[in-house]
Amino acid sequence: MTKRQMYMKMLLSSLLRRRSRMTVALLAIAIGATVLLGMTTICYDIPRQMGREFRSYGANMVFVAAGGETMLSLSDVDRAAALLPRESLVGVTPYRYKTVRSNMQPYTLVGTRFEQVRKTSPWWKVSGAWPTTGTEILIGSDVAEFARLSPGRTIAISGTNAKGARFSREMTILGVVRTGGVEDDFLFMDLTALEELAGDAGRVELAEVSVAMNAAGLSALSALIQREVPTIAPRLVKRVTQSETSVLSRLQALVYLVTLVVLVLTMICVATTMMTVVMERRKEIGLKKALGAENRSIVAEFLGEGVCLGLGGGLLGVAFGWLFAQTISVNVFGRAISFNIYLVPATLAASIIVTGAACLIPIRSATEVEPALVLRGE
Amino acid sequence: MEKTTENILEIRDVSMIYGQVKALQNIDLTVRKGEWLAIMGPSGSGKTTMMNIIGCMDKPSSGSVILDGREISGMSSRALTEMRRDRIGLIFQQFHLISYLTALENVMVAQYYHSMIDEAEALQALERVGLKDRAKHLPHQLSGGEQQRVCIARALINYPRLILADEPTGNLDEANERIVLDLLRRLHAEGSTIIVVTHSPEVAEYAEKTIVLEHGRIARTTRNAD
Ligand SMILES: Nc1ncnc2c1ncn2[C@@H]1O[C@H](COP(=O)(O)OP(=O)(O)OP(=O)(O)O)[C@@H](O)[C@H]1O
Ligand SMILES: [Mg+2]
Repeated sequence: MTKRQMYMKMLLSSLLRRRSRMTVALLAIAIGATVLLGMTTICYDIPRQMGREFRSYGANMVFVAAGGETMLSLSDVDRAAALLPRESLVGVTPYRYKTVRSNMQPYTLVGTRFEQVRKTSPWWKVSGAWPTTGTEILIGSDVAEFARLSPGRTIAISGTNAKGARFSREMTILGVVRTGGVEDDFLFMDLTALEELAGDAGRVELAEVSVAMNAAGLSALSALIQREVPTIAPRLVKRVTQSETSVLSRLQALVYLVTLVVLVLTMICVATTMMTVVMERRKEIGLKKALGAENRSIVAEFLGEGVCLGLGGGLLGVAFGWLFAQTISVNVFGRAISFNIYLVPATLAASIIVTGAACLIPIRSATEVEPALVLRGE
Repeated sequence: MEKTTENILEIRDVSMIYGQVKALQNIDLTVRKGEWLAIMGPSGSGKTTMMNIIGCMDKPSSGSVILDGREISGMSSRALTEMRRDRIGLIFQQFHLISYLTALENVMVAQYYHSMIDEAEALQALERVGLKDRAKHLPHQLSGGEQQRVCIARALINYPRLILADEPTGNLDEANERIVLDLLRRLHAEGSTIIVVTHSPEVAEYAEKTIVLEHGRIARTTRNAD
């Protein structure tokens, strides 16, 4: 048997035959490594997950009329939309606003295309159904509450058209929309039907556009549209793109902070456990020294045990961390996590380093044990 | 300086003071190579303190200790470790085996810290103390007497110049005491120098010379006629 084999034998025997105390340390490291791997996996995956979600979410560009005009023509909107790359264009939704009255109360009636709304504003929560014909209407949740209206009832609206003539129509309420925004105060109907009532067609106040593209790509497109269709002023919707990055970076900072705290706690737990272990084994350390062990042998033995614990805890952590990340991903994002294989060696290295660092002070006190104590019946 | 009688240990005017307690005061002692010395004395008289100094595990407060021709009182702890490892074999009252290693591995630990590991030789050492068939047992599976025999096997594995035993039979019954003493006698017959601390006059009878400590001083020295 070589000295190296004897070293390994002593190390493994110590770990396997004196289990109880080591289990505590192992568990602490395993939990730390689980959180580390789980959190970093999620942090690594979230931007991609959320990027995909956010990009397919909602409008990130709005067309309004350039040069102080209030309306822009639908044909210009179509020309501008044609400039956008087809494969990344999610939807273009025109909005036409008209003030109407119902029961003496003024309301904003919005004409739009519902099949496009569902693409550019997927977060709209509609109870009931989306309108499909020109006599059906969607009402905001505040309107529904204020006027005590609900799907299935009718609402009579009236107003004046472009020629100054009055119009009125009875509409069937199909659904109630809740967004938490201004939409909750509006009424929505099909654009073409609204144009009939209003007596003029082909012009809208704005169009919301959703393009699956990053901020740089969007600015380039915006410049292109301004040049090619000068009647349109494209505005990037800062609210969405900014929140996309700021929510993410704040979330990531939080996750990294939590991970750091957990690692520090792991280190404290391992350090105190190892300190107790060293205290319990003072006799054994003294004996080894009395037999002629040098300090570096004592250091090598305890550090070896620390590294084994770190490795064992790290391996457990990799397994549980993967499960943890997978569970969160499936529950929150509804799809399997994409696992970065490089996180495995990184987690193992981190748990070995954390454990090694936690062992430094206990090992130092182990080297300070006096061999003289073995003869004294302490 | 006479070189004719080779001394393995020369203690000159050694004192050991722990704060207020004078554990050893102005001790002079010489031990020849191959000699068997017994140290007796009441509890607290300084026997263990003396063993710790001779065994290079503690340094005296003052005085000179020459072990195997080398002055150890001024040595660094590293040099003391080396002296301990190369020249001293220790046997304790409380056995002190490593609980998670088998009997054989406990013997090999001494080889491990000393130099090379030789499993056959370690097994031979266990055979000498009559424990060859218990080589794979853990300490808690052995009786007190058997544990002490493992300790003896471990103490002699590296051929030490000096074997120190602090009350080696203090925790043993008569039958095991006899076995241990016979082992020590065999070692002595083969030429080992032995210093044994004991409370028992029967154990002291095996030795060639007995010193009695009282309050940290040598009160009496007696030579046993064979
Ligand atoms: N580390 C220490 N610090 C302070 N006092 C000590 C220390 N070690 C020993 N002493 C004291 O030194 C004296 C001698 O102790 P020692 O252990 O040498 O006695 P002993 O003869 O071996 O006794 P026993 O037969 O009970 O084992 C005692 O009074 C003891 O209290
Ligand atoms: Mg004593």
